Amino acid sequence: MTRLVLSSRRITVGAVVRNATLLALAVVTLAPFVWMVSTSLKAPDEILTTDLHLWPHRFAADENYSRAFAAVPLGRYLLNGVIVTATILALQLIIAVPAAFALAKSEFRGRRLLFGAVLFGLLVPYHAIAVPLFVGLHALGLLDTYAALVTPFSISVFGIFLMRQFFQSLPDDLVDAARMDGMSELAIVWRVMVPAAGPAISAFAIFSAVAHWNDYFWPLIAVSSDTLFTPPLGVVAFRNDDAGTNYGVLMAAATVIVTPLVAAFLLAQRRFVEGIAFTGVK
Amino acid sequence: MTDMTIASTPAAPIATDRPRRPHEERAAWGLVAPAATLIVVILALPLIVVVALSLTDYQLGAKLWRFVGLANYADLAKDPVFWRSIANTALYAVAVVAGSTGLGLAVALMLQGTGALAPLWRTIFFLPVMASLVAMAIVWEFMLHPTFGLVNAVLGLVGVAPMNWLQNGATALPALAVIGVWQQFGFAMVLFLAGLSGIPTALYDAAEMDGAPSAWARFRLVTWPLLAPVTLFVVVISTIRSFQVFDTVHALTRGGPNKATEVLLYTMYAEGFEFFRTGRAAAIAVVFVAAMLVLTLTKVLVVEKRIPAR
Repeated sequence: MTRLVLSSRRITVGAVVRNATLLALAVVTLAPFVWMVSTSLKAPDEILTTDLHLWPHRFAADENYSRAFAAVPLGRYLLNGVIVTATILALQLIIAVPAAFALAKSEFRGRRLLFGAVLFGLLVPYHAIAVPLFVGLHALGLLDTYAALVTPFSISVFGIFLMRQFFQSLPDDLVDAARMDGMSELAIVWRVMVPAAGPAISAFAIFSAVAHWNDYFWPLIAVSSDTLFTPPLGVVAFRNDDAGTNYGVLMAAATVIVTPLVAAFLLAQRRFVEGIAFTGVK
Repeated sequence: MTDMTIASTPAAPIATDRPRRPHEERAAWGLVAPAATLIVVILALPLIVVVALSLTDYQLGAKLWRFVGLANYADLAKDPVFWRSIANTALYAVAVVAGSTGLGLAVALMLQGTGALAPLWRTIFFLPVMASLVAMAIVWEFMLHPTFGLVNAVLGLVGVAPMNWLQNGATALPALAVIGVWQQFGFAMVLFLAGLSGIPTALYDAAEMDGAPSAWARFRLVTWPLLAPVTLFVVVISTIRSFQVFDTVHALTRGGPNKATEVLLYTMYAEGFEFFRTGRAAAIAVVFVAAMLVLTLTKVLVVEKRIPAR
């Protein structure tokens, strides 16, 4: 019996050490978030000081947040973020889902070639083709429009790949029965396949939304008018602006821009973690 | 672990033995036509164009341009800034990959057996993966502020003299690497957790009975060998991500001070979109693609090897 007691005590000591280590690491991980919110609540004289404290002596949240919204169109940036992210996701699904279905469940000439192109596409990061995309959009006169923000991402080879793998795991009988019933192929895609592909679609949706809400590289290249700025561009523009030297206001702006995705993540964290792990191949 | 199943299938045979039906063939073409068209126009064509542009002296907006052969590449090979950029990218990648993989593995191992608290820890460590990197980079910039920054204040408590981290050539790249590790290790952790959950507990019991009582012995005999394929996968995927570092560089240091944080993607951006030397930027893009192809092909090979780990 002594062995058991001993080992259980060892586990307790181990657990204390382990949780203490995790706690220390969690403090470091959360520090930027906590400091951002804390600073966004402070008045300038409490920020530009070497006497650092977490809790503001005097709350200046009102003036910081209202000045942030007054200095730049933060609401507009968020709206642009929603428009761009949602349009990209909608286009990606509309275009990728039928193609993925055909690749998984139909016989047609050129299928191997198309699938080969999809696999090759997975190897090329979009940054590499940013120069020709920019030149092309410039030639078409489309730079500095919503179209410039959205078009390069309308095709997601990753989406096609992910969806195809999922559709392949669904039984052929499901498709054959629907074909017997005289459903069109497009109806089979949207009314039979999509309802069955919930987990794959939500994983892809999370992957795509996170990637494009946070994307900085392409919007930086594609647009220059501040009415078209996405949230990441907006927060940098704010920092480069005069108001950016007022850290309380700057941190308020950063808080506003970070919050939507973080809130979505906290509300559905299991789904997010699984979705990102699911799409970890990318 | 779902991503393993997905990842393992590229090698699976595509064709089925069903006879082709003309009606089905037409319908299928209808379904893939939009995707196929866009793959050609948005992916294939630009890839050809980027190679073609790299062989010209084209400058954006210029009326005239000529074919210059490999001159852009020869110029790059002679340019110390370009080599600095490659070296910095490699250094950054090594630091961030080692840091985020090591920390991700350590945290995943510690999370095993924390019971009810595990989901809370996991959520906390995953938070930086979700948050807009460029917004958090600006928060980091404020925390690294030489006079009023949190980092100097905390380090001052243990007697470290205040530093201007992002403006000092010796500390700027390491500071960016710390931000990179902070942002990425939660991602590695999630992949490791999935890998760990696939190791049967019976193996640990067997190891204990075979006289491996210490946690370290069990780790060395069971966890590490069985986790090796996942580890390799995490290393490759983090390397690919690290090579794409751009946001923090553009927002915080712009390649400075004195080229200390000049990295590949930033060099390409500056050449192509600030100096409008399109041909030269295209040549950097081609080098970048070549590097990514090598890394990603390594990933594909790693993924193939990953299957037995299930």
